[in-house]
Amino acid sequence: MTTGIVSWGVYLPYWRLQRGAIAASLGGPAGRGTRSVASYDEDTTTMGVEATRRAVASLGGPVPEDLFFSTTAPAYLDKTNAAAIHGAVELPVWAGAYDMLGSVRSAVGALRSARAVAGDHRSVAVLSDLRTGLAGGAEERDSGDGAAALVFGGSGDAIVAEWVAHAGTTEEFLDRWRTPGESDSKVWEERFGQEVYVPLVQQAWAEALKSAGVVATDVDHVAVVGLHARSVGAVRGTLGVRPEAVRADRSTTVGNLGSAEPGVALADLLEVAPSGALIALVVVADGADVVLLRTTEALPVAREARHRAGLEDVAGLAASGRDDLPYARFLTWRGELRREPPRRPDPERPGAPATWRSAAWKGGFEATDCRSCGFRHLPPARVCLRCRTIDEMDRVRLADIGGTVATFTVDRLAFSMSPPVVGAVVDFDGGGRYRCEMTDVDPDAVAVGTRVEMTFRRLNTAKGVHNYFWKARPVGGRRDADDHEGEGR
Amino acid sequence: MSSNGIRDRVAIVGMGCTRFGERWDKGVDDLLIDAAIEAVDSAGVTLDDIDAYWLGTMSSGVSGITLSKPLKIDYKPVSRVENFCATGSEAFRNACYAVASGAYDLAMAIGAEKLKDSGYSGLTGVRPVGDGTDAALSSPAAFSFVAPSYAERYGVDPDELKQVMSRIAWKNHRNGAVNPRAQFRKEVSMETITRSPLVAGDLGVFDCSGVSDGSAAAIICRAEDAHRYTDHPLYVKALSFVAGPGGGSIDPDYDYTTFPEVVRSAEDAYRQAGVTDPRASLAMAEVHDCFTPTELVLMEDLGFSERGLGWKDVLAGTFDRDGELPVNPDGGLKSFGHPIGASGLRMLFECWLQLRHEAPAERQIASIGEGRTLGLTHNLGGAPGECVSFVSIVGPEPSA
Repeated sequence: MTTGIVSWGVYLPYWRLQRGAIAASLGGPAGRGTRSVASYDEDTTTMGVEATRRAVASLGGPVPEDLFFSTTAPAYLDKTNAAAIHGAVELPVWAGAYDMLGSVRSAVGALRSARAVAGDHRSVAVLSDLRTGLAGGAEERDSGDGAAALVFGGSGDAIVAEWVAHAGTTEEFLDRWRTPGESDSKVWEERFGQEVYVPLVQQAWAEALKSAGVVATDVDHVAVVGLHARSVGAVRGTLGVRPEAVRADRSTTVGNLGSAEPGVALADLLEVAPSGALIALVVVADGADVVLLRTTEALPVAREARHRAGLEDVAGLAASGRDDLPYARFLTWRGELRREPPRRPDPERPGAPATWRSAAWKGGFEATDCRSCGFRHLPPARVCLRCRTIDEMDRVRLADIGGTVATFTVDRLAFSMSPPVVGAVVDFDGGGRYRCEMTDVDPDAVAVGTRVEMTFRRLNTAKGVHNYFWKARPVGGRRDADDHEGEGR
Repeated sequence: MSSNGIRDRVAIVGMGCTRFGERWDKGVDDLLIDAAIEAVDSAGVTLDDIDAYWLGTMSSGVSGITLSKPLKIDYKPVSRVENFCATGSEAFRNACYAVASGAYDLAMAIGAEKLKDSGYSGLTGVRPVGDGTDAALSSPAAFSFVAPSYAERYGVDPDELKQVMSRIAWKNHRNGAVNPRAQFRKEVSMETITRSPLVAGDLGVFDCSGVSDGSAAAIICRAEDAHRYTDHPLYVKALSFVAGPGGGSIDPDYDYTTFPEVVRSAEDAYRQAGVTDPRASLAMAEVHDCFTPTELVLMEDLGFSERGLGWKDVLAGTFDRDGELPVNPDGGLKSFGHPIGASGLRMLFECWLQLRHEAPAERQIASIGEGRTLGLTHNLGGAPGECVSFVSIVGPEPSA
């Protein structure tokens, strides 16, 4: 049965760290460009939610019924992180959610698993990473944070790129490693890795081409990814493709996204390839994986739908972001710089039963609309504020609805890893008001009338429990009141 | 369905109030004992004469044992109540009703809070286990929505409004400077207040009330018995308490320029007391100045000023200690801090002193006169759009 990708979504965080800022603090040669940085209230789960939301935003038809989540930096162990994503995008209860954790190669496993189960239903692979490393090291400097999600479907679905072939090679050797609990990885001398990797990639590459019945020059676009930079660079020259077929990476803007990189690279290929093109993804990680896909007539249609939905492409996302993050704040966010806490009690951990009961609110940001008078309640209420009708409510998801700042305040007292806290009262398009925290925001730039979107974040962590909920973040710029009609998504 | 009130059916015949402040020297037991003894002494009775107690505290103790144990109360009813920042007033309200019902002859309402022992800055409270979705905004931030909304709605220049806020803080500090029970006993210049570091929105440090320890108590009896205890009782004219539906933060029609709960409780209290023109009838008011914009809006919600004109009355000195209607002549929360359980009763204590002409000469208000004899106390608990409000009215004369 034909299977393939039907949609994709990429999330890159708002913040960029200038590599020069590291050198300015620690000395040494200043690196070029920037890396992407997950904010203090983000982790691989929240970024995975954002990528998944973007993958399904312009996608008509049924929602995915299996979710495979892969990262090297899981927010939890022994608890399925994919379930939080499942909840935040409100997949049906019968949809599966599985973690594939630990190494970059797990990302390929997630992609192959999602593809393997796709057919009579859709599935999604969510690849997310938050890359850490010791201060002043190459890992810290050259890595980046981000996520991608790829939705797979079967024949009869609007496949934008058919899965043509996969081939892989595996060999046990010591390239990079980290024992559980450590925040930084160790790597062996790079020249050794190159010696092992290059033949492994060549073998997988040849096998994939053979399996697809094509030759290297038939490949229109290829992306080579992996954390072993020396091998990735070396491999590019050995594939036998036309030089212009090799896609550039985003190392000078966002850095190497680890287990998210294969997904972001695939998305980038889908955004540049014409229909009918043969595209290839090569992943160098504890062996090699090669995936060949052929784009279809549905691809330009999907791209147009994404454009209409306001989804920016990978190149645009990589080029945007805010690049004045101080290095000390970056270190604080990553827990590398222990800062004096305020003289306030630690946050309380949310209760499991209360959290479970309010899943539609906490996870899905669902409001209730009164059937009698239409008043919208956030959080959901049983008794209508306006007309007092009891238990006559319809649920409505507001997570994907835009809003406008009605009023706001800059809170210099409330604790935050990134003070000051900006609190806003948001009026949602089509009705509903809620007071919430803002994030990815410049306190001096927010104003009454600022347009916002909701974003899934980690409010805090108390007693090992991550408290996930929604915040508002600015989009675009100001919009005047009389522009509101007809723009609600 | 009605709020009938108990106008002139009970009277306050004794009161006590500790010095408020960082009372490292006193535990909550000590504060309760000090306020209780001062109150019974002032009524000329002993603890044995008190038939029932209502104790208000938010987080300095649970159950009536918080009071009965330190005072060694002999098997009498002690109810511990809590209602946010109106906790002390809630103790008073329930004690009044108990006496009015005839169930008891003599009751004590007492409130105390020991905020400074927590080791933390600001207020701390114990919350029930929840889903973790409550916004983490601080209290000043929640109230900081008020000033810009007010400026916008009434076309007041934000800089001018900042002056209005500063003048409220300046007035209350000026009043507290001459009050030996106050936490802060220094006048603060307008310039210092205006330039104080920002806490939230336009609120500077001096726009916020302090954090302190303290206790206050009142002895209540039936009105007809009042003169057995004192020649100068204070009659309870009105007690109103409301809890709102808490919809302000989700209601697009709410604009943060008013506290509907306060408007409702004020209307109710005025009706109970037969007050039709509060600005002309009240000799003084003790209001919940947790933040300076709160006091500004309260002037309008309590009917002292026309809507949108309260700021002009503030600038004109209408609410100064020597003004037409003194507001917070004791210095308010601004000078006393806000030990939750004690504040409502501390406000009553100022009415007790002023309306009975027992305040020291240097701070005795001059507004008391023909047709202007009543005192009002007001508490607001919670945040704009989601709060409880209490209003009481007391006076030295029973109604004709």
